[in-house]
Amino acid sequence: MIRDITLGQYYPGYSIMHKIDPRLKIVAVMLYIASLFIVKDFMGYVVVVIGLATVTAISKVPLRFILRGLKPILIIIIFTFTLNMLMTKGEILWEWKFLHITKEGLYNAVFMALRLVFLILGSSLLTLTTKPIKLTDGIESLLKPLKRMGLPTHELAMMMTIALRFIPTLLEETDKIMKAQMARGADFETGSIFRRAKALIPILVPLFIGAFRIAQDLALAMEARCYRGGEGRTKLNALKLKRKDALAMVFIAVYLGIVILERIFLIGLDAKIIALLF
Amino acid sequence: MQHEGNPLPKNRKKETERLAQDSIIQIHDLVYTYRHREEEINLPAINGISLDVERGSFTAVIGRNGSGKSTLAKSINALVLPTSGSVIVDGFKTDEEAHLWDVRQRVGMVFQNPDNQLVSAIVEDDVAFGPENLGINPDEIRTRIRIALESVDMYEHRKMAPHLLSGGQKQRIAIAGVLAMHPDIVIFDEPTAMLDPGGRKEVLDIMKQLHEEGITVVLITHFMEETIHCDRIVILDKGRVAIEGSPVEIFARTEEIEALGLRLPFAVEIAAGLRAHGIHVPQDILDTDGLVKYIVSESDTEMKRSKA
Repeated sequence: MIRDITLGQYYPGYSIMHKIDPRLKIVAVMLYIASLFIVKDFMGYVVVVIGLATVTAISKVPLRFILRGLKPILIIIIFTFTLNMLMTKGEILWEWKFLHITKEGLYNAVFMALRLVFLILGSSLLTLTTKPIKLTDGIESLLKPLKRMGLPTHELAMMMTIALRFIPTLLEETDKIMKAQMARGADFETGSIFRRAKALIPILVPLFIGAFRIAQDLALAMEARCYRGGEGRTKLNALKLKRKDALAMVFIAVYLGIVILERIFLIGLDAKIIALLF
Repeated sequence: MQHEGNPLPKNRKKETERLAQDSIIQIHDLVYTYRHREEEINLPAINGISLDVERGSFTAVIGRNGSGKSTLAKSINALVLPTSGSVIVDGFKTDEEAHLWDVRQRVGMVFQNPDNQLVSAIVEDDVAFGPENLGINPDEIRTRIRIALESVDMYEHRKMAPHLLSGGQKQRIAIAGVLAMHPDIVIFDEPTAMLDPGGRKEVLDIMKQLHEEGITVVLITHFMEETIHCDRIVILDKGRVAIEGSPVEIFARTEEIEALGLRLPFAVEIAAGLRAHGIHVPQDILDTDGLVKYIVSESDTEMKRSKA
């Protein structure tokens, strides 16, 4: 059972989104996050929604997978929403003892909650369409300029690659140790939280020893295969920008352009529309 | 950028002609001691081994635990450097820093635990690891991956994650990873110890195949059964060479082998038993198949004779 785990939340697929250079995707997500902070009103969100919807449609990732990313931060969203709603001063709509909801508060609360939602949706699209290993390659490549400042980029990337490779192996090991301890009468399920935490020690100790043993074996095997750091090493799948990457760049540029134009020329329009409606 | 000391196979051939040696591995008076952690004494793991391995041969090194066989394997790949004496691989001394990578490129190594020697989460990336370290260009690496994976019959699994493969399959990937570096010698350090019988047979078959292709194979093991197809068996005991010779020669020395705590292959034991009962089984029958064939044909002739 433990063997079936998938790493991260990658959704396998063959869309253009899956094939775009990981570096470009990482930069695009950063720019997208920046765009969310450029946007100051709901008209801007229209642009964001259109952009996000287009990319989602291209990626062919089912909507429920993308929405799943919201689950862990639901509490944070509700918390910010409530706080914004109750704490903003302005034209009072509703009042009860010391609690009051203002028009501005409601506007802010919805605005902030949506910003969080868009933030998560956009960044989960990155991890949904990019294999962890590609993400590692992308990060390594993007961090390369920092190498001159002494940041060991190759080593960091190699560590991430190895970690990804050994997560399933260590899970298997954990499974094995747990079963062995259970066979000797260990109990992991009952008792107070302290009791249960204490019961984990007989799992963690052998697991750590096992991990060190694996590390030692692997280091030897890597040396035997002529590993000597990143210097002079070639890469099988060197990242290269292709035509579709250029298209993606144009898309991002257009999106950012529209967001900025909206900020400059259409700011405040949403308030007028809201005023007209109510 | 290409690393120094990574010549193409053609150049290498020229180099070996220059050296004009038949022995690809020359071990001379090798001693290796390690320091005991608690008691402050030096313990010898290898205590004066001299051994030559011929180019293209298939040698088995066998011995019980602590006989020094694994240390010997590591010293051929310069993972362990001699305390005294020397190891020369294809003309390069292993303890010369400048030739370290020449040695390691020539000597590929397959280890015991199939899980702990695969680096990447994708099969083809793992096979690429060695060539990448050698600084070979990506197009060439791709060709090498295909050839290496095809020769261990794992090409269709190239996109898979190693943890989803069986032990035998993982070990085949490890072999492919070594082959992609174009080694002259492949050392197998107890490669079947953690495998089921199916996986064991897969790995042994690949070893035979590599030997037929002209690669020098050194097999470290403690199963006599695996040594019957070798050219030469070297039995180690307490860090020294106890007996060496061809399988037929070795297996005739039953008592000495048993005194060293080793067991003869099953078929050889049966044959020896039959001989004790006056049935003259030829000495060169070493595996079960051969023995069965012999017994069947003998009993056939016996039957015909009794009918006549």
